[in-house]
Amino acid sequence: MAAHRCSCWSWLLILFSLSVFVVADIHETTPVNDHHGGVDHNAQTAEQTADQPAVEERRWEATEVKEAATVDAAADIQGTSAPETVVPSSVPQPKDDFQEELVIRPLHSGDIYASFQFRTLWDTDFMRENKVSHYRLFPKSLGQVISKFSVRELHISFTQGYWRTMQWGQPFIPSPPGAELWVWFQDSVTDVDATWKELTNVLSGIFCASLNFIDSTNTVQPSASFKPLGLGNVTDHSFLRYATLPREIVCTENLTPWKKLLPCGSKVNVPPFTCAFFFLKKRGTSMPSVSVLSFLLTMFSEQAGLAVLLKSEKLFHSSFHSQAVHIRSVCQDWQCKTTSWELRQTLNSVFDLHNSGQTKREWSLFKMFSRTLTEACPLASSSKLYIDITDNPQGEQFELSPATSLLSQAVVLGDRRTFSVYDLTQETTFGTVRSLNLLIRWKSNEGEMLRPLLHAERYVAGYGLQTGEIHTLMYNNHPYRSFPVLLLDSVPWYLRLYIHTLSVTSKGKDNKPSYIHYEPSKDRVKPHLLEMLIQLPPNSVTEVTVQFERALLKWTEYPPDPNHGFYVGSSVISSLVPSTVAMHTNSTRERPLFSSFFPCKEESSYFVRIYTEPLLVNLPTPDFSMPYNVICLTCTVVAVGYGSLYNLLTRSFQIEEPNPGLAKRIANVIRRMRGVPPL
Amino acid sequence: MAITEVERRRGQLAALSIAAVVIIVGVPLWWRTTETYRAWLPVSQIKDLAKLQLHLSADVEVVFARGTVTPEQQKKVPLTQTQDEEHTVDEDTTLRYRYETKYRTATIMEEDAMKKPTAAEADLSLHMLSESPCGSLVVYVIPESSSLLPEDVNVYIGQRRTALVRISAQMRVGKTLEQLLAQLEPQIKQVLQVMSFSHTDITVALSDRVRFRPGNKESIADSMRAFKSSPGYEITFSLLNPDPKSHQLHWDIEGAVQTYIQPLLTKLSPLANFSMDSQTLYYTMLGVTPRFDSSFEAYTLNADSLAHVINPVEARLGSNAASSNPVLNFLLYVPDIRHSPLYIHDHRKQEVPSNAFHSPRWGGIMVYNVNGFYGSETEFPVHVNINMAKVMGVFLAQLRLLLGVQSLSPPPGFLVAPCGSTGLADWELDRLMWSRSVENIATATTTITSLAQLLDQIGNIVINDNIAQQVSSAVTSLQLAMAELEVGNLGFALQYSKEAILASEKAFFDPSLLHLLYFPDDQKFAIYIPLFLPMCVPILLSMLKIVSEARQRRREKQAKKE
Repeated sequence: MAAHRCSCWSWLLILFSLSVFVVADIHETTPVNDHHGGVDHNAQTAEQTADQPAVEERRWEATEVKEAATVDAAADIQGTSAPETVVPSSVPQPKDDFQEELVIRPLHSGDIYASFQFRTLWDTDFMRENKVSHYRLFPKSLGQVISKFSVRELHISFTQGYWRTMQWGQPFIPSPPGAELWVWFQDSVTDVDATWKELTNVLSGIFCASLNFIDSTNTVQPSASFKPLGLGNVTDHSFLRYATLPREIVCTENLTPWKKLLPCGSKVNVPPFTCAFFFLKKRGTSMPSVSVLSFLLTMFSEQAGLAVLLKSEKLFHSSFHSQAVHIRSVCQDWQCKTTSWELRQTLNSVFDLHNSGQTKREWSLFKMFSRTLTEACPLASSSKLYIDITDNPQGEQFELSPATSLLSQAVVLGDRRTFSVYDLTQETTFGTVRSLNLLIRWKSNEGEMLRPLLHAERYVAGYGLQTGEIHTLMYNNHPYRSFPVLLLDSVPWYLRLYIHTLSVTSKGKDNKPSYIHYEPSKDRVKPHLLEMLIQLPPNSVTEVTVQFERALLKWTEYPPDPNHGFYVGSSVISSLVPSTVAMHTNSTRERPLFSSFFPCKEESSYFVRIYTEPLLVNLPTPDFSMPYNVICLTCTVVAVGYGSLYNLLTRSFQIEEPNPGLAKRIANVIRRMRGVPPL
Repeated sequence: MAITEVERRRGQLAALSIAAVVIIVGVPLWWRTTETYRAWLPVSQIKDLAKLQLHLSADVEVVFARGTVTPEQQKKVPLTQTQDEEHTVDEDTTLRYRYETKYRTATIMEEDAMKKPTAAEADLSLHMLSESPCGSLVVYVIPESSSLLPEDVNVYIGQRRTALVRISAQMRVGKTLEQLLAQLEPQIKQVLQVMSFSHTDITVALSDRVRFRPGNKESIADSMRAFKSSPGYEITFSLLNPDPKSHQLHWDIEGAVQTYIQPLLTKLSPLANFSMDSQTLYYTMLGVTPRFDSSFEAYTLNADSLAHVINPVEARLGSNAASSNPVLNFLLYVPDIRHSPLYIHDHRKQEVPSNAFHSPRWGGIMVYNVNGFYGSETEFPVHVNINMAKVMGVFLAQLRLLLGVQSLSPPPGFLVAPCGSTGLADWELDRLMWSRSVENIATATTTITSLAQLLDQIGNIVINDNIAQQVSSAVTSLQLAMAELEVGNLGFALQYSKEAILASEKAFFDPSLLHLLYFPDDQKFAIYIPLFLPMCVPILLSMLKIVSEARQRRREKQAKKE
């Protein structure tokens, strides 16, 4: 046994003395005949250059590897040290998986809705004792957040603009204007509030957003509205925290860190122009066409797949922009024996094509994103582009080029939609130009849109700066079905809700909510939380009103003078809405007769969450030069009062002889001049 | 007349009582309400700390093996000697080193141990016999006939805290023990310089307190390379794959970390907490486009451009979300197919054999070429299994440098045992602990003294109780650490110095110190004047009047008497 080990050792030693680079220090690697002065000089210049802090902040030194250390360490891996090899075809299945997709839906308003989804799945358990620390596709920063803060589920969204449900229909993933964050913690967390505070600070660093402004005054614990979307049926809402920052402005600085989380989405390195022209020459093209230019740009960019399209200058030139990160645990297989973590990064944009000075209604990937697609992300197991052609079954509305024969049907938000599918992992998708520039040319402007079954709006009524009234209107456009909705309102403490004035009316009648959860606010500590379960009658408008009083703030709590006012976050309406598919019992669409008898044959209802507009409220603002004026005024009053009191107390009063009259005084003066004693 | 006199008297009394009320009630009330809360700080002890006198003492045991001392000499041992060295680093900092040397003869078991065939085995069995505590050393003096050491080697430095010194013939010329010891001393001193703290190390560790004199560039470079002492470090290994389309890389980082890095970190655990993670980053380019060098048939990166290499990569590395400890970055860069193979050239345009570089206080980067796998009909992507032994060998060397384990070249005639599987000898750890304790003490004292100075200068800062408590605990820990250093308890000294640094940083960076109630004096007066002027002027005037009247009356009385 010993002999065997000995031979093993010596074999390893030989192996590593061959494979390990034996490096000496710079000074030692100089040939022996080199004169020493030169070496010293070199070393010195190296230091001098290193001392120039602006150019080279760091001193770089060649790494010297000690043979001994490596050999000894290598001896520890007993025989398992496989030298570098080409992995045979049976590659071990990686435990993580990445998918990307883009859905494009032409909206009836003439806008284009583009929705990116990137999904990373990882079969791991962040809550294990030995914490996970080796990351491949899953971003390290988020993994550390999950394991450090014991997060069960995390949803964060940044939105610029307001989603117009009436014009655009339902979004795939709804989000309120500004920033929204809701997190379910594991039951192992003891101090949820402290963890939440720390988590928001860390997330604010990761996403370059003002999430650190989330504190107890805008955090609520909804009891019913936000249930976990992933695995685990938790009912104890003390582990849930929900907060919105309606004032948050989303811009490129939020997009860059979001893109960094993607495996294929790093920064673009634009090549020098000479290089580009060299390529043009090589390809024999005299005029750079759109596709060639775009091909060149993507060729030199350090990214691939759909992330190529995420250019901030185009994405933010849109009517609506929303980016989100959703982390949850999902089942690994249909039996759900093991779970894996899912990271879903979504980005939704609505591009207003009329605004960009177009006479012709025409739309292409290049026009919208100033890039075309050339390849899928090599790390993605699936990379697809979907175009919603439901409203265009025969091609009478718009023309799609290049055409694809691949069609897919899916029931999205209770509606059966048809999509043209472009699979980016297939070479044929890109054609001969090796670039996919999707083009939609409209033929007609008409087209009617199904009104969304549920939508809501909200506004502040009233006049003056003392009281007001919040009105929330919820529309049920279903012709014959009523359904319940959960309304969540989180109102900051400085609007003091008069909860006794809460009234819910639909069709002119009082509509008593079947469930009301109200947590009153505490000044400077927590906001109002109002949750109600309301049944919306068919084809009706339900109005929820509540009166409030505006509070006076302390003088340091007011924002600087040039401000918008105070924002109140959107109301959240969550509901199971009856499916539209089921609604069309007399559908004219061509469908087999056997499939259209029972109204509820497909999913009878679907989950919808909609957000109302945020409110902007003015609070009574005092004149801030007042304090000094008040100080001066009160001091003067005090001084006058005190002065007269003081005089009264300290002066001694004597009876003075009455003043002689004016004539007498004049007479006395004359008498004095004459030397006669006065009167 | 009498009535007016009574009236006047009453007025005077009223004015006096108002003044008394203002002085007795008003002034304290004003003082109390406008006072800022300042908890008591141990100012005098902090002032003592500003003058730092560090005593470092190490226990050295010199053991004479059989055949090295004559029987007459042997009678005089055991014997204890102390040597003191004093250095003044600058006007506020003095160092005193004390070596307590104990001389004794070897026990029978030690004699047996020294009969082992090789020095390494002897070292191991001597270590088994007696475990010497942190910071102490045992030097065994062996006769010249001993076969433990090769011919040209006089001193063997083991993996633990022992050294073997061979006595040479000319040392034994003296008859008395004193002469022998005097002969031995230079050699033992050399051993101490290698295995225990040296003056240069300690002065480097004091760099937080003491400004370097220019001209000492090499030691500055050394001191700047290593990370500052910190209670914890995050080690991040990143695999950069700029071309995932052509290369599919597989690295067994989990196993490699367990095999190569973890033993070293376990050994270093008394020093700091380490946590490790790894990530793979795709489409990350270096900041510099490598140039094709036709003479090498390869792309090259020059040492001058290395400073620009890392900046775009660093943006993707991401900071550690879970802690605020310093991060050591180790990057493995696999060049894309268009820039492959890629070699790093040093200042003399020579290839760096390890193909790796490190940046002081940041981390290291290694370029790993995979062009050997490209064949004529290679199917892309190429699946490559990265040889972690090669990579980790480089990273381990870089990690040692960045943590401040200096591999100094031993003086001639010295043989240093190769460090074992842990990658770190005990005495290397001791050296690190000495300098880290001193560094922690230096940092903590500067933090505490500058905090005290700041609080002293700005009287408006509120000092909360918890800050005062942190400051006093930092001061106590500092005093304890210095006391332990003086006694030679290295482990405790390091522990206390860590506590001191934690407490002092906590106090210094406490956010409550930022709640600075700062009102400029002119604003204060603008607010005080409308209130105080109309109130105080009548009081002052009537006081003056009373005083002058009293004086006049006295004068009148004196005039009457005369």
